[in-house]
Amino acid sequence: MATFDSHSLEAKSQKAFTAQLKKVYGFYTGGFLLFVVLLGIAEQMGLSRAGIGYVFLGATVLLYAGIGIMSRTNDADEYYVAGRRVPAVFNGMATGADWMSAASFIGMAGGLYLQGYSGLAFIMGWTGGYVLVALFLAPFLRKFGQFTIPDFLGARFGGTMPRLIGVAIAILCSFVYVVAQIYGVGLITTRLTGVSFEIGVFLGLTGILVCSFLGGMKAVTWTQVAQYIILIIAYMIPVVWLSVKQTGFPIPQLVYGQQLVKVTELEKKINADPKELEVRQIFKDRSAAATEKLKDVPASFAADKAAAEAKVAAAKADPAALAAAEAALAKFPADEKAYTAALNKEKGVAARASPPRPHAALYPGKDQAAKDIARKNFLALILCLMVGTAALPHILMRFYTTPSVREARNSVTWSLFFIFLLYFTAPALAVLVKFVMYNDIVGSSFASLPAWVANWAAVDATLLSISDVNKDGIVQLAEITIGQDIVVLATPEIAGLPYVVSGMVAAGGLAAALSTADGLLLTMANALSHDVYYKTIDPNAPVSRRVMLSKTMLLIVAVLAALVAQQAPADILFLVAAAFSLAAAGFFPALVLGIFWKRTTGIAASVGMVAGTSITFYYMTLTQPWLREVFYGIARSVPTTPDLWWDIQPISAGLFGMPVGFAIIIILTLLTPAPSREVQDMVSAVRYPDLKMA
Amino acid sequence: MQLTERHLAYWRALLKRTGLLLAIWFVVTFVVGYYAESLAFDFFGWPFAFWVGAQGALVVYVLIIGYYARTMNQLDREFGVAEAEED
Repeated sequence: MATFDSHSLEAKSQKAFTAQLKKVYGFYTGGFLLFVVLLGIAEQMGLSRAGIGYVFLGATVLLYAGIGIMSRTNDADEYYVAGRRVPAVFNGMATGADWMSAASFIGMAGGLYLQGYSGLAFIMGWTGGYVLVALFLAPFLRKFGQFTIPDFLGARFGGTMPRLIGVAIAILCSFVYVVAQIYGVGLITTRLTGVSFEIGVFLGLTGILVCSFLGGMKAVTWTQVAQYIILIIAYMIPVVWLSVKQTGFPIPQLVYGQQLVKVTELEKKINADPKELEVRQIFKDRSAAATEKLKDVPASFAADKAAAEAKVAAAKADPAALAAAEAALAKFPADEKAYTAALNKEKGVAARASPPRPHAALYPGKDQAAKDIARKNFLALILCLMVGTAALPHILMRFYTTPSVREARNSVTWSLFFIFLLYFTAPALAVLVKFVMYNDIVGSSFASLPAWVANWAAVDATLLSISDVNKDGIVQLAEITIGQDIVVLATPEIAGLPYVVSGMVAAGGLAAALSTADGLLLTMANALSHDVYYKTIDPNAPVSRRVMLSKTMLLIVAVLAALVAQQAPADILFLVAAAFSLAAAGFFPALVLGIFWKRTTGIAASVGMVAGTSITFYYMTLTQPWLREVFYGIARSVPTTPDLWWDIQPISAGLFGMPVGFAIIIILTLLTPAPSREVQDMVSAVRYPDLKMA
Repeated sequence: MQLTERHLAYWRALLKRTGLLLAIWFVVTFVVGYYAESLAFDFFGWPFAFWVGAQGALVVYVLIIGYYARTMNQLDREFGVAEAEED
């Protein structure tokens, strides 16, 4: 086996290789900064916003494609595992980019803005999972040293069955995840250039494909390193600037505690403001009126329509009033169905009547029981995200690419360190932006709102909209609706930075989405070509055909994912979380027991994987409104609360699948004969970096 | 393939280390999370449990993995199961 040979001969070349990589990426980082500065100068000289968007989009996608072309290969080791010579630091950066998706880059700080402490489940879950990767998986998988995760399942549990189950789970969770990434790519491309969403999806896809199609893991690795550098610079600059503006100190992570104290004080002040209470009362009344009308739809529909018509008739004399009344009548719902929908929406404004959740409050809830449920779900979500992190094949696969077990261990440290840089900053960004909203925007007059408010409201009203509900000309907090994506996207403008930095942030988001999509697509293509075709159907297939087939699969899977993404499935965030729960319940028990318990048998692992995934998926179909509608035809508006087991939300469905997976594997293992001598020896070999026999 | 007593000792040492680090991981994540409301005392402006979730736990995770990598690489050499030197 290639993994057992000594690397002493290659040692020198590996060292030189690392030194050269450092030089190349050093120049690259300098080049990128210079590019941004030049573009900034061009902006001062009159380059338009759309122009900056096009240059950023074009330059970065060309760059990734260029790396792909330079790394093109048909060699199996190079194509599947980047030649197993990626140094720990660079594998760490690549894993960081692979890991941090559009959701981490754009959505996370916004989620923290909206949810406060509860949002920290994502911060802890998506970092703490690496502890499990380091302790239970990475070094052992590296020692095993094949190409895919199903490879390990096949070798450890004997035969085609475990391998194919592994392929099915890998494809299920990766596909769900990649759809969300491609959707993110489309969204950012649209923002950056103003092309339509469908074209945006396919533009972004081209960037992904040129890279991974030509060079497989090799190209993807070096592109991901380049993407990491762009995304981390793009994330840090605006936050540091905002921190200097607010606190006079350039390390936001250290000083945002004082801003949190100020935000908490502002929350109290806002909650006591009579104007604020007035706006909340208006929303409450509107909701109550809608609820009343919903009790007898036909009667209120007729009455409201008659009232609108009467207004037109009454306004005949005054042309201005007439135009307004006619416009109102034209907008009036055409039939009772549309009318009911409008009323339901109006009823929903009740949400805006309640005070915002205090940022620093721990578990929200009106009584102890509600708080306990919130706490239970918070901890369950953390567990699912952590275990899912340690079971997603596109991440585990990265640890096959290091030169040695030692480097694999170091590489997990670097991976988490590079991820940590961004995750450590996101909570600070959320508080800094919240301070601007509560301190500068709330209480200012509508006439003097900063330009970025109008700019973003014009881009997309769901991102940001402010309307003068009580007509006093002053902004109250309840008059603002804010979407989570705006927090990161608008930070450069909030901080008063030139538009070129906004372009850079969008390019960073694009890098995050593209790099994750690259890794996921490659995982799926490899599972199909390597595990299904080569290992199961035709073990004599020549290398060139295997690689060619992998490339073809990549193309097919990518186009399929893009087509699904264009449908904009109902709930993107749920899809992402579902991928984690499915991977956690499907892979984690089998992988960990396979390494740490020699007795674990193949049949037990197979049944355990299937059972864990099935229970998780079954719970999702029971309790997730969209899936429940698909599977059982129950309308989405019917509350899911009575169907919950132990009050756990569907986002944490893996909480039930994981113990089921573990329990079934353990019980069935004890009931079936122990695995063969060879398999037990293989487990021994995996446990020791170099097993020399006495 | 017969493992020597020394090999088994290596594996026991690894399990012990893994268990200890996992216990730290568990306390930082789940015990602090469970008792968050009792741990809300002021910590440089942050409620303590909030700070742990936003920063403290992350730092501990990085330290756990760094410590594991460092000491396991040493343990490999101690027990003669390290790979050939490369640097």
